[in-house]
Amino acid sequence: MKDYDAIIIGAGHNGLTNAAYLAKAGLRVVVVEKNDYIGGAAVSREMHQGWIYSSCSYVCSMMRQVLHRDLDLSRHGLLLVPYLGTVNFGDDGETLLAYHDEEAAHLELKRHSPHDADAMHRFQTDLARYAQLIRKTLLRTPPDPTTFRPRDIRELLFLAKQFWALGEHEIYEYVRFFTMSAAEYLDDYFENDMIKAAMASPGIIGTALGVYSPGSAYILLHHVMGDVDGSIGAWGLARGGMGAISNAIAGALRQHGGEIRTHAGVQKVLVEHRKAVGVVLENGDEIRARIVVSNLDAKRTFTKIMDRADLPPGIYEKAKNFKIRGSSGKVNIALSGLPKFTGVPDNRYINRGGQGFTGSLETMERAYDCWKHGRWSDDPFVESVIPSAWDPTVAPPGKHWMSNFVQYCPSKLADGPWTPEKRDQFGQAVIDKIERYSPGFKDLIVHMEVRTPHEIEAEIGLTEGNIFQGELTIDQLLFNRPFPGYAQYRMPVRNLYMCGSSTHPGGGVSAICGANAAREILMDLKRPNTVPEDDCLDE
Amino acid sequence: MNMNDPYAGERLKESPFHPREDALNIRNAWGAWNGYKFAEYYYDAEYEYFCVRNTCATYNICPMQKYHISGRDAEAMLNRMVTRDIVKQPLNRVAYVLWCTDEGRMIDDGTIFKLASDKFMLTCGSPCSAWLEKSVFGFDDVTVTDVSDEIAALSLQGPTSCAVLKKMGLDGIETAKAFDIMRFPFHGDTLMVSRTGFTGDLGYELWIAPELALDLWDELYAAGSDYGIQPYGEAATNMARLEAAFIMPGMEFNEALKTIHFEHDQTPFELSLGWLVDFSKPHFSGRNALLKEKKRGPIYTLTKLDIEGNKPAEGSYIYGNTRCTREIGYVTSAMWSPAVKANIALAMIRTECLQGDLWAEIYYEKELRQYHKVARCTVRKKPFWAPARARATPPPDF
Repeated sequence: MKDYDAIIIGAGHNGLTNAAYLAKAGLRVVVVEKNDYIGGAAVSREMHQGWIYSSCSYVCSMMRQVLHRDLDLSRHGLLLVPYLGTVNFGDDGETLLAYHDEEAAHLELKRHSPHDADAMHRFQTDLARYAQLIRKTLLRTPPDPTTFRPRDIRELLFLAKQFWALGEHEIYEYVRFFTMSAAEYLDDYFENDMIKAAMASPGIIGTALGVYSPGSAYILLHHVMGDVDGSIGAWGLARGGMGAISNAIAGALRQHGGEIRTHAGVQKVLVEHRKAVGVVLENGDEIRARIVVSNLDAKRTFTKIMDRADLPPGIYEKAKNFKIRGSSGKVNIALSGLPKFTGVPDNRYINRGGQGFTGSLETMERAYDCWKHGRWSDDPFVESVIPSAWDPTVAPPGKHWMSNFVQYCPSKLADGPWTPEKRDQFGQAVIDKIERYSPGFKDLIVHMEVRTPHEIEAEIGLTEGNIFQGELTIDQLLFNRPFPGYAQYRMPVRNLYMCGSSTHPGGGVSAICGANAAREILMDLKRPNTVPEDDCLDE
Repeated sequence: MNMNDPYAGERLKESPFHPREDALNIRNAWGAWNGYKFAEYYYDAEYEYFCVRNTCATYNICPMQKYHISGRDAEAMLNRMVTRDIVKQPLNRVAYVLWCTDEGRMIDDGTIFKLASDKFMLTCGSPCSAWLEKSVFGFDDVTVTDVSDEIAALSLQGPTSCAVLKKMGLDGIETAKAFDIMRFPFHGDTLMVSRTGFTGDLGYELWIAPELALDLWDELYAAGSDYGIQPYGEAATNMARLEAAFIMPGMEFNEALKTIHFEHDQTPFELSLGWLVDFSKPHFSGRNALLKEKKRGPIYTLTKLDIEGNKPAEGSYIYGNTRCTREIGYVTSAMWSPAVKANIALAMIRTECLQGDLWAEIYYEKELRQYHKVARCTVRKKPFWAPARARATPPPDF
């Protein structure tokens, strides 16, 4: 039987990244994956003949450029292309077009509110300032504020230095920002409800909070702290779909001699003498290694594939209560043509980006109310992108693939478990909404895949289908992620690590969690570090 | 001359594609090239660059200079002018060539199309009628005709370019190998297509009579509408060519005939284009000087650099040490490469220093305040961007 240095559980993009960096350091690694395909939530598969769906994640901004470069992912087939233009639709069908050109964007805002058009500069400046600060913390292990280890003190000083550099006024603002709701935060800047709704929408994506819930302002920041080629806040598509990211990282992993075993779900992490020593697969096979790394979320790791008796007291409870509520659904649609939207000019650039069916703050909050009551809304917030308008590889020429991300969709319904019928009713509510803004839309539908939290959890293992592997609220961020005292990727059992989005800095296709975990593991194994420093430090 | 427009003499010419380009030049971003109104970009330079890498895009090459060189001695004349051996060039093939002064300094680079055994087309960036006339001296049967304005040309580059031409009805285009020439009937005339370009990607150049230029544009754009077709300008070209490590006049080399200062022009060896110089063929312009240069080795060598960090090393000096006291070269072109995700540059570096450490001193600005840093440079042997599809025959559809 082959001997491994490390077993990584789960071939999502963070697991693959972690494995690639360990393999690069010369470790013998194997990634075990329950599905017969890799990628986790960064996956692209042909779900209808000729159509490649990115069934879960669908756009990319947080992928750290420095990791892309360091792992040479372009050579492994990855091309990230920024996309242009988004149209936001108000409740009454009015439109807000996000033009790429600054002057044009300003004029369009002015059409809605001259005040807000000016205020947008201040808003974007403030957000960029916060984003730049948080970006510097991403590719670093969060310091533990309670230890007095030199490294933790050094990292705390690093954070403090960045923080103080904001200036006194901004320090107060920053702290305020972390605890505010997106809607309240936007009230500081804007008067127009449609503009507020459009700006607030990143504050609820993937999270079980509403636009008026404290903490949603940070989620907003989380969605604009990425970049495409240094353009902070910009979003792009991966050519070939989000799976191209996972496939490229897998290419780098294999180049460094790493292995991937698909169809190899883990039944249990083997613990002997309080140390992780390997895994038992669902088929009964046992694989042993010096260390075990879980890319599963914290709840799943400690409550599903570990024996409670192997854990120190309190950990099981912490994991059970880890906040990982499912709140989103996804409707992937194959279309026979490019849909036309009422009130949107036939502009070859604006008509090919994304659509935000944001409505108003009120509408978004009502949709959240439905979620709280265990229902989906008949008037949900939908964020759509038509990647095929930009990516020639995901649909036949002239045909299109539309990704629709839906807030909110509860993981548990008030009226009993999810059934295929309820799932389809949920999907119907989404296309009914789009049809309102694009008459004839339904006639274009060739194939449709509806995914509620139930399907997402069943297929890729995210507890409750939570896209971030745990909510991004301040109680679960930085040195509190996933649990206080365990934020440095080392878990309560020796030789067991975590490398998924349940760890700092949280969700998103960033590859950061996997890379940060690799750095810690290599330190423990006294191997030279292979993980690069971030290139955003001199921004 | 149009006396109704007192400025007519100062206005730029419009190419046969201009009406369509004008409609798509949303930003009114016009520059000039060889007297033609020429787009810097149409909508957004980066977007257009991504069309070249992700879908397909067209670049107007009407302003490029084109000469027909025909007659019994045409081949011999060209072979004496350029450094490459074009006698080896098969019919209906294109060759990348350069030509030098007697001192071995580069005048320009371009392409030679072998259209018949006694008929060639030479294309280049700057007018070179005078030099051609000089080069004809001593040959009896050569005619040089400037056909720059008689041929409209459009470059179609990018991964979906072959699929678009197939959709347009150019049957068999997928069999064209890189540097092949094919001809297709078009509206009672002939459309010439060469599998050439200046982007390092899959791509073609289309050559047509000016009267049919708009028909060509319309058919191409109709076929390309489902394949992401988009015009691109000078800015995107400059990005793509740098990733392919192609040289640009006024950036990597100073045309010899326009160089005032001694040896401020370049030799092909300095530009890492020694492979285009063939000493086994009969005499050619600059041969003796180039032979000497080859023996001695070039003083400078154009080098591909991958530079740490993400600040483009535009205008940077290259040093042999981090204290920046030993200057050994200078950057000619630099950019952050979105496709490769690397901070790339071409630099002229003293050949004897190439083996040692290379550091670029980079200046950059943050909200009006100037910063600078010293970044390590790594020499790259291969072009930064060279996808397999650029050489594959038949090429993939995307």
